[in-house]
Amino acid sequence: MTTTLNEIKHLPTLALLVCCEYLAIFKKTVAMHEVFLCRVAAHPILRKDLNFHVFLEYNQDLSVRGKNKKEKLEDFFKNMVKSADGVIVSGVKDVDDFFEHERTFLVEYHNRVKDASAKSDKMTRSHKNVADDYNRIGSSLYALGTQDSTDICKFFLKVSELFDKTRKIEARVSADEDLKLSDLLKYYLRESQAAKDLLYRRSRSLVDYENANKALDKARAKNKDVLQAETTQQICCQKFEKISESAKQELIDFKTRRVAAFRKNLVELAELELKHAKGNLQLLQSCLAVLNGDT
Amino acid sequence: MAAEREPPPLGEARPAELEELEDGEELFASTVSTMESSPSSPEPASLPAEDLSTNSNGPKPTEIMLDDDREDLFAEATEEVSLDSPERDPILSPEPTPAITPVTPTTLVAPRMESKSVTSTAIFDRSREEIEEEANGDMFDIEINVSDPEKVGDGMNAYMAYRVTTKTSLSMFHKNEFSVKRRFSDFLGLHSKLATKYMHIGYIVPPAPEKSIVGMTKVKVGKEDSSSTEFVEKRRAALERYLQRTVKHPTLLQDPDLRQFLESSELPRAVNTQALSGAGILRMVNKAADAVNKMTIKMNESDAWFEEKQQQFENLDQQLKKLHASVEALVCHRKELSANTAAFAKSAAMLGNSEDHTALSRALSQLAEVEEKIDQLHQEQAFADFYVFSELLGDYIRLIAAVKGVFDHRMKCWQKWQDAQVTLQKKREAEAKLQLANKPDKLQQAKDEIKEWETKVQQGEKDFEQISKTIRKEVGRFEKERVKDFKTVIIKYLESLVQTQQQLIKYWEAFLPEAKAIA
Repeated sequence: MTTTLNEIKHLPTLALLVCCEYLAIFKKTVAMHEVFLCRVAAHPILRKDLNFHVFLEYNQDLSVRGKNKKEKLEDFFKNMVKSADGVIVSGVKDVDDFFEHERTFLVEYHNRVKDASAKSDKMTRSHKNVADDYNRIGSSLYALGTQDSTDICKFFLKVSELFDKTRKIEARVSADEDLKLSDLLKYYLRESQAAKDLLYRRSRSLVDYENANKALDKARAKNKDVLQAETTQQICCQKFEKISESAKQELIDFKTRRVAAFRKNLVELAELELKHAKGNLQLLQSCLAVLNGDT
Repeated sequence: MAAEREPPPLGEARPAELEELEDGEELFASTVSTMESSPSSPEPASLPAEDLSTNSNGPKPTEIMLDDDREDLFAEATEEVSLDSPERDPILSPEPTPAITPVTPTTLVAPRMESKSVTSTAIFDRSREEIEEEANGDMFDIEINVSDPEKVGDGMNAYMAYRVTTKTSLSMFHKNEFSVKRRFSDFLGLHSKLATKYMHIGYIVPPAPEKSIVGMTKVKVGKEDSSSTEFVEKRRAALERYLQRTVKHPTLLQDPDLRQFLESSELPRAVNTQALSGAGILRMVNKAADAVNKMTIKMNESDAWFEEKQQQFENLDQQLKKLHASVEALVCHRKELSANTAAFAKSAAMLGNSEDHTALSRALSQLAEVEEKIDQLHQEQAFADFYVFSELLGDYIRLIAAVKGVFDHRMKCWQKWQDAQVTLQKKREAEAKLQLANKPDKLQQAKDEIKEWETKVQQGEKDFEQISKTIRKEVGRFEKERVKDFKTVIIKYLESLVQTQQQLIKYWEAFLPEAKAIA
């Protein structure tokens, strides 16, 4: 009988807990969407895209068609080809120092961000587990407090209350670490992958350019289809130079954004950790004051 | 009360004991004044044992009363007793027990007692209760430490020896400070002796720490890893708590076996404690038999108090087990958190290394340092979770099992009494038959047997009443101890949480400007 009463007592708390969880996840999603849209808006070329404008301005429901099976399959194959190529293309040493440096940097950075992201995930999950344990301890203490016949029951109830409150804070710590640290790292994991992809595309373009050069030389030697070969070579050259230019800019922007994002998130992380630790401390100290006063 | 954060915890009782010691001294002062003011004092010798009842013994309880709680305890006890000679015999150990000489920490009571004849059990009983009350008031003034575990011997015959240090001002000990080396089986042997002597008459004897074949084997084999160090530390702390609890019990403190354990440099090895020995197997068989018997004894509980208490302890047992499980999960997760934080710290350091923006790189390295310090913090907190909180719960779960055992003994006692009554009835019927059959020689034997069983029935009733009385007192004492223990330990635990938060604040406050400095 008493156990059911306990559980009923905790129903509103459970409902609140579910809401808190939902809010935390919702917050995360909103934050990520916001970052994405801001980036598109800041991009010199993408900001002019019609789809983007429609997305922002159309005040009725957009009907977005998901990829059908055929398109999904195409994506899959494209990815496969890309990675195979990636291996071949990145063997080519770059003449340009900037890109050479970027490539070395990005490969290492990407791997380390991947590792940091995974470890950060595990850490925030552990935090959540601890918060859950506090919850169970709080309930057990409550049960002890309601059943005990000695004067320790008040004591248990007070400590149970403390655990309930401190659990909420611990859960917030976990959620905030997730938001400010884990998500940041995850984001830059994808970003560094995108940058790598960009480098890859430039390398491919370089390979095409070099192939076109070779073809032109051959054509000139044979004196056959020279004009065509020249045109092809020129197009490849233009493509290469264009992609090099925009890639350079993108990579510089990537660094600027990365530094700004890390700064913002690390500052906010530290501020939130401080806020929660102070909150916890205050809870604990006031509870201790009451308990010591009673004893 | 400063929170102690190192893992080898508990001289934990110490701060609390010191405070109580001061209280005890004050209480003693009041006792002195009351005693001096009433010259017609509680002298045990002048009153027969029965007069423990409230009528003629008015002044006595109040004079001994050192504070309200004790008054209640004692009053309860006085109401219970309406017997003839109290049967303290089982408590006295076979040796000429020095326990009869006044062993109170207070010299004031001693001389008076010596002036009277101390040999009658009646007097001894009264004075013993006085001693116990006095001892309670003075908080025993005995401090036990278990330390310096060291491995003795090699291979499978190896064992851990622990140093047991006692500091006391009690006069029953030969010195004020002394230490001995004991091994785990010695502790088990001590508990076994105490349990045999005291549990069946209703005293709650604190249980010894549990055996662990796996744990000990690792130590014997010589694995020097962290898990065997942890095992040894866990055991050391448990042994210390066990002894501290045992000496807190006023009756057990008087026991010569306990004194021998604490004092004498050589102790006969307790081989009967080995699990697979003949005695060990006998123990297991007895336990099984007991369990079966418990199920078959249906006692007419005339005293609602016992039924209520048993139910309460059952509930408490369940709740504590649940809480214990949750705290053990917390310990586990906190250790995981510590490990994961350490892993993240390393990863963040690597990321900082490969980051080519200088300021960000530095900030990331600093983040790595902060997280490394935090991982240490989590580890220390996990120690506190375990040694302060979790072990307390484990101890009490085992203590409650001992309490339940004591209740069971009472049931057995009742059963014995009932059986004696049944036998007496049978003997009477047999005698009646013989009378009709007119066999004079057998008749005499029958009459003798009836006398014998009448005595046994009387004794059975007395034993039952005595054990009931003792249990009431013991439970009262136990509950008080429990309340005190839990309050002290939980407050200590919360203080450890406070320390952790304070450190966290320090670390993050130091990091924040570094993060802001990223340009």
